[in-house]
Amino acid sequence: MMAQLNINQKIGVGLLLGLLLVASGIVQWSPYHIADQDLSGRLLAPSAEHWLGTDHFGRDMLTRIASAIQLSFVLSFFCVLTSATLGVSLGVITAWKGGRLAQGMDVIVNILLALPGLVLVLLFAAIVPGSLLVLYLAITLTQWVEYFRVSRAITHTIINSPARQLSEMMGFGPWYQFRRHIWPELTHSILTLASFGGANAILTMASLGFVYVGIQPPLAELGLMSVELFPYYAQAPWILVQPLLAIATLVFGFHLLAGNKHDSAH
Amino acid sequence: MWTLIKHRIFQLILVVWGVGTLTFVLMRSLPGDMAYRIAASRYGQDSVDSDAAELVRQELGLDASWWQSYLHWLVDLMQFNLGASLVSGLPVIETVQHQLGHSVLLAFTSVLLASLIAILVGVLSAFRQGTLDHSFLWLSTLLRSMPVFVIGLMLILVFAVAWPILPVAGFGTWQHLVLPTVALALSLAAVSNRVVRNNTLKVIRAPFYQFAAIKGLSPSQTFVQHGIRNISVPVIVFIGIQLVTVIEGIVMIESLFSWPGIGHGLAHAIFARDIPVIQGCALMMGVLFVLLNTCVDLLCHWIDPRGAQA
Repeated sequence: MMAQLNINQKIGVGLLLGLLLVASGIVQWSPYHIADQDLSGRLLAPSAEHWLGTDHFGRDMLTRIASAIQLSFVLSFFCVLTSATLGVSLGVITAWKGGRLAQGMDVIVNILLALPGLVLVLLFAAIVPGSLLVLYLAITLTQWVEYFRVSRAITHTIINSPARQLSEMMGFGPWYQFRRHIWPELTHSILTLASFGGANAILTMASLGFVYVGIQPPLAELGLMSVELFPYYAQAPWILVQPLLAIATLVFGFHLLAGNKHDSAH
Repeated sequence: MWTLIKHRIFQLILVVWGVGTLTFVLMRSLPGDMAYRIAASRYGQDSVDSDAAELVRQELGLDASWWQSYLHWLVDLMQFNLGASLVSGLPVIETVQHQLGHSVLLAFTSVLLASLIAILVGVLSAFRQGTLDHSFLWLSTLLRSMPVFVIGLMLILVFAVAWPILPVAGFGTWQHLVLPTVALALSLAAVSNRVVRNNTLKVIRAPFYQFAAIKGLSPSQTFVQHGIRNISVPVIVFIGIQLVTVIEGIVMIESLFSWPGIGHGLAHAIFARDIPVIQGCALMMGVLFVLLNTCVDLLCHWIDPRGAQA
């Protein structure tokens, strides 16, 4: 698997894995908790005790950033896993069976595609604010459509290919046909979609936090942190930069992993 | 072309019905007594008693069964009657119409500015391979990694706080429009300038383009006669794909800059749990999205009537 990745994608994998490991390590061994307040030590500059300084409640920034990065990873992992599984399996089945199922799916996909994803997620967040589960469900609901469309289109061409039809005539079952003919064609696109999906899940969560309808305090979340810390840019610009940098690094890592098809295709 | 429009109208109806039903279902499935909650958001959490809740229940007809209220609500929707805001009591349709104008203005100027930047940068980096191309690639990759609100925050910090030449937020003069537009346009152009570049490269390396140059046309003549049209169709299609980003960006940017548009209204309504306004805003965004997509389709059809790829 690693051998097929190009250099940029390997850098992306390294960046993301590194971030995940460091963040988990910090959360595990940090002497502070994300909600430990110390009002006499507000907005401290980075020091030996607080490596990244403290925020407006005197909470340790390093621990909070690490915990927020971990949360982003967990959410994007589950969103990608669920939406990819759902989208790919529905896409393959729809392309294979066709008929009524395809018509029904067309209607659903049309509704979902005609609505910008963030608006749908906002609608869900409006009903149950601050619930991680609802956020996960809403993001998955908006993301599976991409996997569905791509895998359906790819499967459609393979179903009609002579190789697959020969397999069927030789008596191989559907599972074998899927593994032998369809799956190898899908993997590359799924990797690209999954990388962008991971980045989008993180962006969506941060965006919701930024307009105050996402994860609620005291949980650490990158978007919420950037909007909470914004009023203190004059006293402590370094703490405002941290969540912004964290989001950008995460998204950058996922974009590297996605590989840039446009730019490599000269 | 008519099939295209018919398809879009069908999609529009689906969107209105889908968003409407979704908000209806969500509204019904909210935990707790609805009349009580609405009364709470009207009069404040502390001054609610069961009398106030009962009044609200009778006023809004909340004791009807779900299918009765669903039918009632569908009929209202068909007459564009979106009800009144639970908090301010003003009709939703008026509020939303007012906001829509501001949002369209912001969306339009940003897409225009983004296309300008993207076309300039893209064509330039296609014709000047090498360092320039590479530096633009890195710049766009960096900008792409930043969510639109991060770009907006940085612009505020630079142009409104550190070096105060533009207002931080608000609405009124043309200066208020500059920062939100630039933030959104930069985030859009970061992706689309690469698409312009790749399509330009594809066209200027095509045999018909090289033939036009060989037969003696000057570089500018070749580009005007044979380049522009062929480059523009895929680029416009891509701008159509980017419209999702535009709408999502509007929500973020309007909230950040307190721009009185739909996105700002939606975020506020969600915060206040004002369901009719949420529904109205979501509906308008869906409608806006389908309408903009239709414009893109028609534009493509106009430039390239063969139309197969659109």
